[in-house]
Amino acid sequence: MIAEIGHFALMLALVVALVQSALPLAGAARGNQAWMAIAAPSAMVQFLCTGTAFGCLLYSFAVSDFTVMNVAQNSNSLQPMIYKIASTWGNHEGSMVLWVLILALFGGMVALFGGNLPPTLKARALSVQAMIAFAFLLFILMTSNPFERLSPPPVDGRDLNPLLQDIGLALHPPMLYFGYVGFSMAFSFAIAALIEGKVDAAWARWVRPWTLLAWIFLTGGIVLGSWWAYYELGWGGWWYWDPVENASFMPWLVGTALLHSAIVVEKRDALKTWTILLAILTFSLSLIGTFLVRSGVLTSVHAFATDPERGVFILVLLVIAIGGSLALYAWRAPQLKGGGLFAPISREGSLILNNLLLTTAAATVFIGTLYPLLLDAMTGDKISVGPPFFNATFVPLMIPLIIALGFGPMLSWKRADLKGAVQRLKFALIVAMVVTAIAAYVTWGRSIFGAIGLGFSGWLAASVLIEFGSRIGIGRSNFGDVLRRATGLPRAAWGMMLAHFGFAILAAGATGASVWQDEAIQSIRAGDAISIAGYEFTLRNVDNVRGPNYVAQRGVFTVKQDGEIVATLAPERRRYLVQGTETTESAIFTNAYADLYAVLGEPDGEGRWIAKVYFKPLVPWIWLGGAVMVLGGFVSLSDRRLRVGAPTRRQAPTPANAPAPAE
Amino acid sequence: MSTPTTGRTPATRKKRRLYAVLAGLTMLGIAAALVLTAFEDSIVFFYSPSDIAEKNLRPGQTVRLGGLVEADSVKKSADGVTTEFVITDMNKTIAVSYKGLLPDLFREGQGVVTQGTLGADGNFIASEVLAKHDENYMPKEVADALKKSGKWKEPEK
Repeated sequence: MIAEIGHFALMLALVVALVQSALPLAGAARGNQAWMAIAAPSAMVQFLCTGTAFGCLLYSFAVSDFTVMNVAQNSNSLQPMIYKIASTWGNHEGSMVLWVLILALFGGMVALFGGNLPPTLKARALSVQAMIAFAFLLFILMTSNPFERLSPPPVDGRDLNPLLQDIGLALHPPMLYFGYVGFSMAFSFAIAALIEGKVDAAWARWVRPWTLLAWIFLTGGIVLGSWWAYYELGWGGWWYWDPVENASFMPWLVGTALLHSAIVVEKRDALKTWTILLAILTFSLSLIGTFLVRSGVLTSVHAFATDPERGVFILVLLVIAIGGSLALYAWRAPQLKGGGLFAPISREGSLILNNLLLTTAAATVFIGTLYPLLLDAMTGDKISVGPPFFNATFVPLMIPLIIALGFGPMLSWKRADLKGAVQRLKFALIVAMVVTAIAAYVTWGRSIFGAIGLGFSGWLAASVLIEFGSRIGIGRSNFGDVLRRATGLPRAAWGMMLAHFGFAILAAGATGASVWQDEAIQSIRAGDAISIAGYEFTLRNVDNVRGPNYVAQRGVFTVKQDGEIVATLAPERRRYLVQGTETTESAIFTNAYADLYAVLGEPDGEGRWIAKVYFKPLVPWIWLGGAVMVLGGFVSLSDRRLRVGAPTRRQAPTPANAPAPAE
Repeated sequence: MSTPTTGRTPATRKKRRLYAVLAGLTMLGIAAALVLTAFEDSIVFFYSPSDIAEKNLRPGQTVRLGGLVEADSVKKSADGVTTEFVITDMNKTIAVSYKGLLPDLFREGQGVVTQGTLGADGNFIASEVLAKHDENYMPKEVADALKKSGKWKEPEK
């Protein structure tokens, strides 16, 4: 019964989406107020319908209703409740329902908080949003019905893929989707603006919070996914340049560019057509990501079931959405009026450089990701493009980005004084050199790239702090004034400082992880030790343990440094009972600057075990940096100025074309 | 942060556009150069044992080798951490040695993809054995290679 309600709710949502995609759009074209007014309530209804459908699916998973095929195939009564719930989106059908739920959630939020949007823009944006929803609902109902019944029902379910039974992966998909799908809002606003033929500062002010919100979640989702791969797969890496990772990284790169170019539209009324293009590209890349991951073109943990029919459906959808929006862009964009002028050396100029570097970087990732697929389709040659390619293309583009990032915030709008900026950044240069020298000394004999990379991070961190310090008057005013200024600074300024500083931390972590890692692999008995980087890992014993739906062998290592025990690590080899699959659970001890990482391998049957241990300096900084970036995003989102545009609460509606308040 | 404009006039619209286009083109040029050089050095081809027998690999060239792990071929060498096994496409075989942890789903008789270089003795030295994510999964490249050698059997459902 519950499943049928869910199925019916999805069909209802499809009908509502159809109405919402047609009427408000037509109403806006003809000036029919009543038709336009349908947009907001229908967006709410659509959210309710998809919410009901998702709730029904969630319920079926929570109570382990194995008469539903999807539950029977992807869950098991022995799973802890959290993984029963996570199973809802740990499969193709359920994850698509989550996709449309988040899409409807964004539509609903615009309907709810967008009271101050110009009525035509709001109607058109919600219409475009509903078109996307319609396509995906149709996709679900036609090719991936999550509510299909199974008769007779099995006694128990087939279990969730054990690799996905992990807290990191329970949270990773919802966050990533929130980001992916969140960019649909910027896309819908961009299409609406193209139809209106008008982009102004107010438009950017409305689009930015939605973009920022999506960016925050995409950043969090990617970091979480990377963290999961790091500790769960047991290969010790944090980023593999795997096509599936790239699929989420490309929208992030272009979305980050969009976030910055929208600032120029808002403040300076320039870069409009470029910003519109970025909004279209960001969501297009999100769609391409969905296609790559869901169609089964790539075989990975994400391709739950490969079904050519689905791939073709998404491909057609992709062609219509991307082709259509770009055609609309080509037709309408030339009519948008250009705005403020500026010199190359200016804040605008630096943001353009940021945009060029980020989009170029995204293009190299795009080529590296899609070229193998293209070559296979055209010639049948099978190649893989791995980390060496991306290290040779992506990394060189990040270096000028980091250098420019130091200068950018120092430059004033329109025309800036580069000499002055260089003057103020002298100290950052000194910091960079000192950091490089210290790092080179400490790691003497190892790759010099590590020291240089750390120097760049030092440059970035120092310049971010210098810029922030000069804003609040450190060194010029007394403590009270500084404090007053710091608290009076817009949250957006705090957010920018945090996000950029987080990037510096992450860059340092990435450098350390790729250059200075130590590892050793040995076959050892209980009592034997492996030594790396001044640490001695001793295998104490291996026990058999039992979990809720698995059995495991757990090795206990004690780690000594200078004769003192600093950590105890207990990696496991698990065997999940239902599917009979084995997984490796690594054990990690983290301190402020390094990870100690141990993996238990297979036994040889004569009392020896293969053990692999790593010393990974600076790796924790990757997650720390990502977390600081996310925090910066939230702080910036809480800025009063942005709330004027989007989620408004208890605030008198401002006239639609109110002039942008001064900074 | 915004400061008033200085006395000089900002660049004209045309000039500004020219700058932007030039910057864009420069960036594209750099990117193209990076991509092309990187492609030359870092593309890894996938070969089956039969392909390797036909092609002349450069010494030290990194390739991917895929096929089935031959039954009863997996052996641990004396150091306890190096595994030796034979990869076959049911046509040709090649001996592989790999030092490291094998993925959880590495099994005799199942598909596998390894990455590494061909040694002087004709044996393959793998630096990576790629993980598969479930026991029914057959790497796509391996399936295609088996189809090519005519030994492909549809997996039973």
